[in-house]
Amino acid sequence: MEHYNMSLNLKVWRQNNSRDKGYFEDYKVDGISSEMSFLEMFDVLNERLITEGKEPIAFDHDCREGICGMCSMYINGKPHGPWKSNTVCQLHMRAYKDGDTIVVEPWRANAFPVIKDLMVDRSAFDRIVQAGGYISVNTGNAVDGNSMPIEKDKADASFAAAMCIGCGACVAACKNSSAMLFLSAKVAHLALLPQGEPERKKRVVSMVAQMDKEGFGACTNTGACEATCPKDISLSNIARLNQEYLIASLTADK
Amino acid sequence: MGLTGIFLITFLIVHMGINACMWAAVYFPDDHGEMFNKAANFMGSMVLIRIIEVGLFLFIFLHIIQGYMLTVYNRSKRAVGYAVDYGSKGSKWYSRSMGLLGTLILLFLIIHWLHFWIPSRFTGVEEVEYSGVKMHNMFALMQTTFQQLWVVILYVLGCISLGYHLAHGFQSAFKTLGVHNKRYQIMLSGLGYGFSIVVPFVFAMMPISMYLGWVK
Repeated sequence: MEHYNMSLNLKVWRQNNSRDKGYFEDYKVDGISSEMSFLEMFDVLNERLITEGKEPIAFDHDCREGICGMCSMYINGKPHGPWKSNTVCQLHMRAYKDGDTIVVEPWRANAFPVIKDLMVDRSAFDRIVQAGGYISVNTGNAVDGNSMPIEKDKADASFAAAMCIGCGACVAACKNSSAMLFLSAKVAHLALLPQGEPERKKRVVSMVAQMDKEGFGACTNTGACEATCPKDISLSNIARLNQEYLIASLTADK
Repeated sequence: MGLTGIFLITFLIVHMGINACMWAAVYFPDDHGEMFNKAANFMGSMVLIRIIEVGLFLFIFLHIIQGYMLTVYNRSKRAVGYAVDYGSKGSKWYSRSMGLLGTLILLFLIIHWLHFWIPSRFTGVEEVEYSGVKMHNMFALMQTTFQQLWVVILYVLGCISLGYHLAHGFQSAFKTLGVHNKRYQIMLSGLGYGFSIVVPFVFAMMPISMYLGWVK
Protein backbone atom coordinates (compact mmCIF):
# COMPACT_ATOMS: atom_id res chain seq x y z
CA MET A 1 0.00 0.00 0.00
CA GLU A 2 1.31 3.41 -0.96
CA HIS A 3 2.62 5.56 1.88
CA TYR A 4 1.44 9.16 2.22
CA ASN A 5 1.49 11.98 4.76
CA MET A 6 -1.56 13.90 5.82
CA SER A 7 -2.81 16.85 7.82
CA LEU A 8 -5.86 16.29 9.99
CA ASN A 9 -8.34 18.37 11.96
CA LEU A 10 -9.06 16.80 15.33
CA LYS A 11 -11.92 17.61 17.67
CA VAL A 12 -10.95 15.99 20.96
CA TRP A 13 -12.97 15.81 24.18
CA ARG A 14 -11.11 17.46 27.07
CA GLN A 15 -12.26 17.05 30.66
CA ASN A 16 -10.21 17.56 33.80
CA ASN A 17 -12.05 15.08 36.00
CA SER A 18 -15.40 13.35 36.49
CA ARG A 19 -16.96 16.48 38.00
CA ASP A 20 -15.77 18.78 35.23
CA LYS A 21 -18.25 19.62 32.46
CA GLY A 22 -15.80 19.02 29.61
CA TYR A 23 -15.55 20.52 26.13
CA PHE A 24 -14.25 19.83 22.63
CA GLU A 25 -10.89 21.30 21.67
CA ASP A 26 -9.76 21.61 18.04
CA TYR A 27 -6.25 20.55 17.01
CA LYS A 28 -4.58 20.56 13.63
CA VAL A 29 -1.94 17.87 13.22
CA ASP A 30 0.49 17.83 10.28
CA GLY A 31 2.89 15.29 8.84
CA ILE A 32 0.91 12.24 9.97
CA SER A 33 2.11 9.09 8.22
CA SER A 34 -0.45 6.69 6.77
CA GLU A 35 1.58 3.91 8.41
CA MET A 36 1.09 5.25 11.94
CA SER A 37 -1.48 3.78 14.25
CA PHE A 38 -4.23 6.04 15.57
CA LEU A 39 -2.63 6.05 19.02
CA GLU A 40 0.76 6.97 17.52
CA MET A 41 -0.94 9.96 15.92
CA PHE A 42 -2.09 10.94 19.44
CA ASP A 43 1.49 10.38 20.70
CA VAL A 44 2.72 12.86 18.07
CA LEU A 45 0.08 15.39 19.13
CA ASN A 46 0.88 14.90 22.83
CA GLU A 47 4.63 15.37 22.21
CA ARG A 48 3.80 18.68 20.60
CA LEU A 49 1.47 19.72 23.44
CA ILE A 50 4.16 18.90 26.02
CA THR A 51 6.75 20.90 24.04
CA GLU A 52 4.32 23.82 23.96
CA GLY A 53 3.88 23.54 27.73
CA LYS A 54 0.26 22.42 27.44
CA GLU A 55 -1.55 19.55 29.12
CA PRO A 56 -1.30 16.35 26.99
CA ILE A 57 -4.49 14.44 26.16
CA ALA A 58 -5.08 11.55 28.55
CA PHE A 59 -6.11 8.28 26.88
CA ASP A 60 -6.01 4.62 27.87
CA HIS A 61 -3.65 2.17 26.17
CA ASP A 62 -1.44 -0.74 27.08
CA CYS A 63 -0.49 -3.62 24.78
CA ARG A 64 -1.13 -1.82 21.46
CA GLU A 65 -1.63 -5.30 19.96
CA GLY A 66 -5.43 -5.41 20.14
CA ILE A 67 -5.63 -7.89 22.99
CA CYS A 68 -5.64 -6.02 26.30
CA GLY A 69 -8.87 -4.06 25.93
CA MET A 70 -7.47 -0.84 27.35
CA CYS A 71 -7.83 1.51 24.39
CA SER A 72 -11.23 3.12 24.30
CA MET A 73 -11.91 5.95 21.90
CA TYR A 74 -15.22 6.74 20.25
CA ILE A 75 -14.15 7.97 16.82
CA ASN A 76 -16.54 9.72 14.43
CA GLY A 77 -19.54 7.98 15.96
CA LYS A 78 -18.11 4.48 16.40
CA PRO A 79 -16.19 2.83 19.24
CA HIS A 80 -12.67 1.90 18.07
CA GLY A 81 -13.07 3.76 14.78
CA PRO A 82 -14.27 2.82 11.31
CA TRP A 83 -12.71 -0.62 10.81
CA LYS A 84 -14.66 -3.76 11.66
CA SER A 85 -13.40 -6.21 14.31
CA ASN A 86 -10.67 -3.81 15.33
CA THR A 87 -9.36 -1.91 18.34
CA VAL A 88 -8.16 1.71 18.26
CA CYS A 89 -4.54 0.65 18.69
CA GLN A 90 -4.81 -1.47 15.56
CA LEU A 91 -6.52 1.29 13.59
CA HIS A 92 -4.06 2.78 11.14
CA MET A 93 -4.03 6.22 9.67
CA ARG A 94 -4.45 4.84 6.14
CA ALA A 95 -8.13 4.74 7.13
CA TYR A 96 -8.08 8.53 6.67
CA LYS A 97 -7.12 10.98 3.97
CA ASP A 98 -5.51 14.40 3.97
CA GLY A 99 -7.78 17.11 5.36
CA ASP A 100 -10.19 14.79 7.20
CA THR A 101 -11.89 15.96 10.38
CA ILE A 102 -11.99 13.38 13.18
CA VAL A 103 -14.15 13.72 16.30
CA VAL A 104 -12.81 11.76 19.27
CA GLU A 105 -14.94 11.20 22.38
CA PRO A 106 -14.69 8.98 25.45
CA TRP A 107 -17.08 6.04 26.05
CA ARG A 108 -20.37 7.57 27.21
CA ALA A 109 -22.26 5.71 29.96
CA ASN A 110 -23.10 6.57 33.55
CA ALA A 111 -21.41 3.32 34.61
CA PHE A 112 -18.18 4.49 32.89
CA PRO A 113 -17.48 7.93 34.42
CA VAL A 114 -14.81 10.00 32.71
CA ILE A 115 -11.56 10.06 34.69
CA LYS A 116 -9.81 12.54 32.43
CA ASP A 117 -10.18 13.50 28.74
CA LEU A 118 -10.64 10.20 26.87
CA MET A 119 -10.04 7.91 29.86
CA VAL A 120 -13.06 6.33 31.53
CA ASP A 121 -13.33 4.26 34.69
CA ARG A 122 -14.22 0.71 33.63
CA SER A 123 -13.75 -0.87 37.05
CA ALA A 124 -17.48 -1.75 36.96
CA PHE A 125 -16.45 -4.59 34.61
CA ASP A 126 -13.88 -5.80 37.16
CA ARG A 127 -16.53 -5.88 39.88
CA ILE A 128 -18.90 -7.85 37.62
CA VAL A 129 -16.17 -10.45 37.02
CA GLN A 130 -15.36 -10.51 40.74
CA ALA A 131 -19.02 -11.28 41.44
CA GLY A 132 -18.80 -14.66 39.72
CA GLY A 133 -16.56 -14.80 36.66
CA TYR A 134 -14.24 -17.43 38.11
CA ILE A 135 -14.01 -21.17 38.74
CA SER A 136 -12.87 -23.03 41.85
CA VAL A 137 -9.89 -25.31 41.25
CA ASN A 138 -7.56 -27.25 43.51
CA THR A 139 -4.09 -25.82 43.68
CA GLY A 140 -1.10 -27.97 42.84
CA ASN A 141 0.29 -29.24 39.56
CA ALA A 142 -1.49 -28.32 36.35
CA VAL A 143 -4.02 -30.96 35.33
CA ASP A 144 -3.30 -32.93 32.16
CA GLY A 145 -5.08 -31.23 29.26
CA ASN A 146 -6.66 -34.46 28.05
CA SER A 147 -7.98 -35.62 31.43
CA MET A 148 -11.33 -33.92 30.90
CA PRO A 149 -12.73 -34.46 27.39
CA ILE A 150 -14.72 -31.50 26.04
CA GLU A 151 -16.83 -31.54 22.87
CA LYS A 152 -15.15 -29.64 20.05
CA ASP A 153 -18.26 -27.50 19.35
CA LYS A 154 -18.51 -26.45 22.99
CA ALA A 155 -14.78 -25.78 23.27
CA ASP A 156 -14.95 -23.59 20.15
CA ALA A 157 -18.03 -21.68 21.38
CA SER A 158 -16.42 -21.19 24.78
CA PHE A 159 -13.19 -19.96 23.19
CA ALA A 160 -15.13 -17.55 20.96
CA ALA A 161 -16.84 -16.09 24.05
CA ALA A 162 -13.52 -15.99 25.95
CA MET A 163 -12.15 -13.71 23.20
CA CYS A 164 -13.91 -10.79 24.93
CA ILE A 165 -11.22 -8.33 26.05
CA GLY A 166 -13.60 -6.30 28.24
CA CYS A 167 -12.94 -3.04 26.42
CA GLY A 168 -16.51 -1.75 26.90
CA ALA A 169 -17.18 -0.91 23.23
CA CYS A 170 -20.48 -2.83 23.51
CA VAL A 171 -21.63 -0.47 26.27
CA ALA A 172 -20.41 2.57 24.33
CA ALA A 173 -22.31 1.54 21.18
CA CYS A 174 -25.52 0.41 22.86
CA LYS A 175 -28.30 3.00 22.95
CA ASN A 176 -29.21 1.62 26.38
CA SER A 177 -25.61 1.56 27.72
CA SER A 178 -26.15 -2.13 28.38
CA ALA A 179 -23.27 -4.42 29.36
CA MET A 180 -25.11 -7.58 28.34
CA LEU A 181 -22.71 -8.57 25.53
CA PHE A 182 -19.73 -8.36 27.89
CA LEU A 183 -21.55 -10.22 30.66
CA SER A 184 -22.93 -12.86 28.30
CA ALA A 185 -19.42 -13.56 26.98
CA LYS A 186 -18.09 -14.03 30.51
CA VAL A 187 -21.00 -16.27 31.53
CA ALA A 188 -21.09 -18.33 28.30
CA HIS A 189 -17.33 -18.86 28.34
CA LEU A 190 -17.55 -20.71 31.67
CA ALA A 191 -21.07 -22.18 31.35
CA LEU A 192 -19.98 -24.15 28.28
CA LEU A 193 -17.12 -25.90 30.07
CA PRO A 194 -17.25 -28.63 32.73
CA GLN A 195 -14.88 -26.53 34.86
CA GLY A 196 -17.58 -23.86 35.09
CA GLU A 197 -20.29 -26.27 36.25
CA PRO A 198 -19.90 -26.08 40.09
CA GLU A 199 -20.68 -22.33 40.32
CA ARG A 200 -22.87 -22.19 37.21
CA LYS A 201 -26.14 -21.00 38.78
CA LYS A 202 -24.62 -18.81 41.46
CA ARG A 203 -22.34 -17.19 38.89
CA VAL A 204 -25.02 -15.94 36.52
CA VAL A 205 -27.34 -14.67 39.27
CA SER A 206 -24.51 -12.83 41.07
CA MET A 207 -23.03 -11.33 37.91
CA VAL A 208 -26.40 -10.05 36.65
CA ALA A 209 -27.13 -8.54 40.08
CA GLN A 210 -23.74 -6.81 40.06
CA MET A 211 -24.31 -5.51 36.51
CA ASP A 212 -27.63 -3.96 37.56
CA LYS A 213 -25.98 -2.47 40.65
CA GLU A 214 -23.30 -0.83 38.51
CA GLY A 215 -25.94 1.16 36.61
CA PHE A 216 -25.84 -0.35 33.13
CA GLY A 217 -29.01 -0.34 31.03
CA ALA A 218 -31.13 -3.30 29.97
CA CYS A 219 -30.67 -5.15 26.67
CA THR A 220 -33.25 -4.72 23.89
CA ASN A 221 -31.48 -6.97 21.35
CA THR A 222 -30.78 -4.23 18.79
CA GLY A 223 -27.43 -5.75 17.75
CA ALA A 224 -25.34 -2.54 17.83
CA CYS A 225 -22.95 -4.15 20.34
CA GLU A 226 -22.20 -7.14 18.14
CA ALA A 227 -21.54 -4.87 15.15
CA THR A 228 -18.93 -2.82 16.99
CA CYS A 229 -17.24 -5.56 19.06
CA PRO A 230 -13.54 -5.77 18.15
CA LYS A 231 -13.58 -9.49 18.96
CA ASP A 232 -16.84 -10.36 17.15
CA ILE A 233 -18.60 -11.64 20.28
CA SER A 234 -21.90 -13.05 19.04
CA LEU A 235 -25.29 -11.70 20.09
CA SER A 236 -26.43 -15.30 20.59
CA ASN A 237 -24.39 -15.27 23.81
CA ILE A 238 -26.98 -12.84 25.22
CA ALA A 239 -29.78 -15.33 24.49
CA ARG A 240 -27.65 -18.02 26.18
CA LEU A 241 -27.19 -15.72 29.18
CA ASN A 242 -30.97 -15.19 29.34
CA GLN A 243 -31.49 -18.96 29.36
CA GLU A 244 -28.82 -19.45 32.04
CA TYR A 245 -30.36 -16.68 34.16
CA LEU A 246 -33.93 -17.96 33.78
CA ILE A 247 -33.00 -21.51 34.80
CA ALA A 248 -30.70 -20.35 37.61
CA SER A 249 -33.29 -17.93 39.03
CA LEU A 250 -35.93 -20.64 39.11
CA THR A 251 -33.80 -23.50 40.38
CA ALA A 252 -30.87 -22.06 42.37
CA ASP A 253 -30.84 -23.11 46.04
CA LYS A 254 -30.70 -19.49 47.21
CA MET B 1 -41.49 -7.94 27.76
CA GLY B 2 -40.83 -11.17 25.89
CA LEU B 3 -43.47 -13.21 27.69
CA THR B 4 -46.22 -10.57 27.40
CA GLY B 5 -45.17 -9.97 23.79
CA ILE B 6 -45.56 -13.64 22.85
CA PHE B 7 -49.01 -13.71 24.47
CA LEU B 8 -50.04 -10.67 22.42
CA ILE B 9 -48.63 -12.28 19.26
CA THR B 10 -50.88 -15.30 19.92
CA PHE B 11 -53.85 -12.97 20.42
CA LEU B 12 -53.15 -11.29 17.05
CA ILE B 13 -53.51 -14.66 15.30
CA VAL B 14 -56.92 -15.26 16.92
CA HIS B 15 -58.08 -11.68 16.25
CA MET B 16 -56.99 -11.91 12.62
CA GLY B 17 -58.72 -15.27 12.17
CA ILE B 18 -62.06 -13.98 13.51
CA ASN B 19 -61.90 -10.75 11.53
CA ALA B 20 -61.01 -12.62 8.33
CA CYS B 21 -64.56 -14.08 8.45
CA MET B 22 -65.70 -10.73 7.04
CA TRP B 23 -64.40 -11.81 3.63
CA ALA B 24 -66.99 -14.60 3.57
CA ALA B 25 -69.27 -11.85 2.26
CA VAL B 26 -67.09 -11.69 -0.89
CA TYR B 27 -67.50 -15.39 -1.70
CA PHE B 28 -71.08 -15.94 -0.50
CA PRO B 29 -73.34 -13.18 -1.88
CA ASP B 30 -76.10 -13.94 0.67
CA ASP B 31 -73.72 -13.78 3.66
CA HIS B 32 -73.86 -9.98 4.26
CA GLY B 33 -71.54 -10.36 7.24
CA GLU B 34 -73.41 -13.26 8.85
CA MET B 35 -70.32 -15.44 9.34
CA PHE B 36 -68.38 -12.50 10.79
CA ASN B 37 -71.21 -11.54 13.15
CA LYS B 38 -71.63 -15.13 14.32
CA ALA B 39 -67.90 -15.49 14.92
CA ALA B 40 -67.80 -12.20 16.86
CA ASN B 41 -70.87 -13.25 18.85
CA PHE B 42 -69.28 -16.64 19.61
CA MET B 43 -66.19 -14.87 20.98
CA GLY B 44 -68.27 -12.42 23.02
CA SER B 45 -70.66 -14.95 24.51
CA MET B 46 -68.27 -17.62 25.76
CA VAL B 47 -67.44 -17.35 29.47
CA LEU B 48 -63.92 -18.78 29.00
CA ILE B 49 -63.12 -16.21 26.32
CA ARG B 50 -64.43 -13.38 28.51
CA ILE B 51 -62.07 -14.55 31.27
CA ILE B 52 -59.18 -14.67 28.77
CA GLU B 53 -60.20 -11.16 27.70
CA VAL B 54 -59.46 -9.92 31.21
CA GLY B 55 -56.05 -11.61 30.98
CA LEU B 56 -55.53 -10.02 27.58
CA PHE B 57 -56.10 -6.50 28.91
CA LEU B 58 -53.84 -7.28 31.85
CA PHE B 59 -51.07 -8.40 29.46
CA ILE B 60 -51.58 -5.38 27.20
CA PHE B 61 -51.22 -2.98 30.13
CA LEU B 62 -48.30 -4.96 31.55
CA HIS B 63 -46.58 -4.80 28.15
CA ILE B 64 -47.20 -1.04 27.91
CA ILE B 65 -46.04 -0.32 31.47
CA GLN B 66 -42.97 -2.56 31.11
CA GLY B 67 -42.16 -0.89 27.78
CA TYR B 68 -42.30 2.64 29.17
CA MET B 69 -40.40 1.67 32.33
CA LEU B 70 -37.69 0.03 30.20
CA THR B 71 -37.44 3.06 27.91
CA VAL B 72 -37.14 5.52 30.81
CA TYR B 73 -34.69 3.23 32.67
CA ASN B 74 -32.43 2.80 29.64
CA ARG B 75 -32.48 6.50 28.72
CA SER B 76 -31.35 7.38 32.23
CA LYS B 77 -28.16 5.32 31.81
CA ARG B 78 -26.36 7.83 29.58
CA ALA B 79 -26.52 11.30 31.13
CA VAL B 80 -24.07 12.80 28.61
CA GLY B 81 -24.70 11.87 24.98
CA TYR B 82 -22.34 11.68 22.02
CA ALA B 83 -21.57 14.57 19.71
CA VAL B 84 -21.54 12.14 16.77
CA ASP B 85 -24.35 9.60 17.06
CA TYR B 86 -23.65 5.88 16.63
CA GLY B 87 -26.54 5.73 14.19
CA SER B 88 -27.64 2.59 12.40
CA LYS B 89 -24.44 0.54 12.49
CA GLY B 90 -25.52 -3.05 13.14
CA SER B 91 -29.06 -2.26 14.18
CA LYS B 92 -32.30 -1.50 12.34
CA TRP B 93 -34.13 1.79 12.99
CA TYR B 94 -37.23 -0.04 14.15
CA SER B 95 -35.28 -2.05 16.75
CA ARG B 96 -34.13 1.27 18.22
CA SER B 97 -37.62 2.81 18.03
CA MET B 98 -39.76 0.23 19.84
CA GLY B 99 -40.95 2.83 22.37
CA LEU B 100 -42.11 5.19 19.63
CA LEU B 101 -43.72 2.40 17.58
CA GLY B 102 -45.41 1.07 20.72
CA THR B 103 -46.81 4.54 21.46
CA LEU B 104 -48.22 4.81 17.93
CA ILE B 105 -49.82 1.38 18.34
CA LEU B 106 -51.28 2.45 21.70
CA LEU B 107 -52.82 5.59 20.15
CA PHE B 108 -54.23 3.42 17.37
CA LEU B 109 -55.55 0.93 19.93
CA ILE B 110 -57.41 3.67 21.86
CA ILE B 111 -59.17 4.75 18.65
CA HIS B 112 -59.83 1.09 17.76
CA TRP B 113 -61.39 0.45 21.18
CA LEU B 114 -63.54 3.59 20.85
CA HIS B 115 -64.73 2.40 17.42
CA PHE B 116 -65.56 -1.21 18.27
CA TRP B 117 -64.90 -2.50 21.78
CA ILE B 118 -66.64 0.28 23.76
CA PRO B 119 -69.85 0.20 21.63
CA SER B 120 -69.90 -3.60 21.75
CA ARG B 121 -69.51 -3.79 25.52
CA PHE B 122 -71.04 -0.59 26.86
CA THR B 123 -72.76 1.92 24.56
CA GLY B 124 -74.59 -0.59 22.37
CA VAL B 125 -74.56 -1.72 18.75
CA GLU B 126 -77.47 -2.20 16.32
CA GLU B 127 -78.69 -5.81 16.50
CA VAL B 128 -79.31 -8.42 13.83
CA GLU B 129 -81.16 -11.75 14.07
CA TYR B 130 -79.96 -15.07 12.63
CA SER B 131 -82.16 -18.19 13.12
CA GLY B 132 -83.94 -16.54 16.03
CA VAL B 133 -80.73 -15.51 17.82
CA LYS B 134 -80.13 -11.79 18.30
CA MET B 135 -76.60 -10.48 18.18
CA HIS B 136 -74.56 -7.30 17.57
CA ASN B 137 -74.26 -6.34 13.92
CA MET B 138 -70.52 -5.68 14.12
CA PHE B 139 -70.28 -6.08 10.36
CA ALA B 140 -72.58 -3.08 9.83
CA LEU B 141 -70.58 -1.10 12.39
CA MET B 142 -67.39 -1.88 10.45
CA GLN B 143 -69.04 -0.80 7.19
CA THR B 144 -70.11 2.52 8.72
CA THR B 145 -66.76 3.15 10.42
CA PHE B 146 -64.69 2.40 7.34
CA GLN B 147 -66.64 4.70 5.05
CA GLN B 148 -64.44 7.57 6.24
CA LEU B 149 -61.13 7.85 4.42
CA TRP B 150 -59.24 9.32 7.40
CA VAL B 151 -60.21 6.31 9.52
CA VAL B 152 -58.96 3.91 6.84
CA ILE B 153 -55.66 5.83 6.57
CA LEU B 154 -55.32 5.81 10.37
CA TYR B 155 -55.87 2.04 10.52
CA VAL B 156 -53.34 1.41 7.74
CA LEU B 157 -50.76 3.57 9.58
CA GLY B 158 -51.54 1.64 12.77
CA CYS B 159 -50.92 -1.62 10.91
CA ILE B 160 -47.60 -0.34 9.50
CA SER B 161 -46.49 0.58 13.06
CA LEU B 162 -47.54 -2.88 14.21
CA GLY B 163 -45.55 -4.48 11.38
CA TYR B 164 -42.31 -2.73 12.30
CA HIS B 165 -42.91 -3.35 16.02
CA LEU B 166 -43.31 -7.06 15.29
CA ALA B 167 -40.31 -7.17 12.93
CA HIS B 168 -38.07 -6.64 15.95
CA GLY B 169 -40.34 -7.75 18.77
CA PHE B 170 -41.09 -11.25 17.47
CA GLN B 171 -37.49 -12.48 17.33
CA SER B 172 -36.36 -10.39 20.31
CA ALA B 173 -39.03 -12.00 22.52
CA PHE B 174 -37.62 -15.45 21.90
CA LYS B 175 -34.05 -14.26 22.51
CA THR B 176 -35.20 -12.78 25.82
CA LEU B 177 -36.61 -16.17 26.76
CA GLY B 178 -33.24 -17.75 26.03
CA VAL B 179 -33.54 -19.33 22.56
CA HIS B 180 -29.91 -19.37 21.44
CA ASN B 181 -29.81 -22.39 19.15
CA LYS B 182 -28.56 -21.09 15.78
CA ARG B 183 -31.04 -23.16 13.74
CA TYR B 184 -34.03 -22.00 15.78
CA GLN B 185 -32.81 -18.40 15.80
CA ILE B 186 -32.67 -18.39 11.98
CA MET B 187 -36.09 -20.08 11.81
CA LEU B 188 -37.65 -17.65 14.31
CA SER B 189 -36.08 -14.70 12.55
CA GLY B 190 -37.64 -15.78 9.22
CA LEU B 191 -40.95 -16.56 10.90
CA GLY B 192 -40.88 -13.17 12.65
CA TYR B 193 -40.32 -11.22 9.44
CA GLY B 194 -43.05 -13.26 7.70
CA PHE B 195 -45.45 -12.68 10.60
CA SER B 196 -44.67 -8.96 10.72
CA ILE B 197 -45.57 -8.62 7.03
CA VAL B 198 -48.55 -11.01 6.69
CA VAL B 199 -50.51 -10.17 9.86
CA PRO B 200 -50.46 -6.35 9.53
CA PHE B 201 -51.17 -6.72 5.79
CA VAL B 202 -54.28 -8.84 6.45
CA PHE B 203 -55.44 -6.39 9.14
CA ALA B 204 -54.83 -3.40 6.83
CA MET B 205 -56.82 -5.03 4.03
CA MET B 206 -59.94 -5.10 6.23
CA PRO B 207 -60.66 -1.34 6.28
CA ILE B 208 -59.34 -1.00 2.73
CA SER B 209 -61.69 -3.66 1.34
CA MET B 210 -64.63 -2.16 3.25
CA TYR B 211 -63.86 1.36 1.99
CA LEU B 212 -63.44 0.23 -1.60
CA GLY B 213 -66.68 -1.72 -1.45
CA TRP B 214 -65.12 -5.14 -2.07
CA VAL B 215 -67.05 -6.43 0.94
CA LYS B 216 -70.80 -5.70 1.08
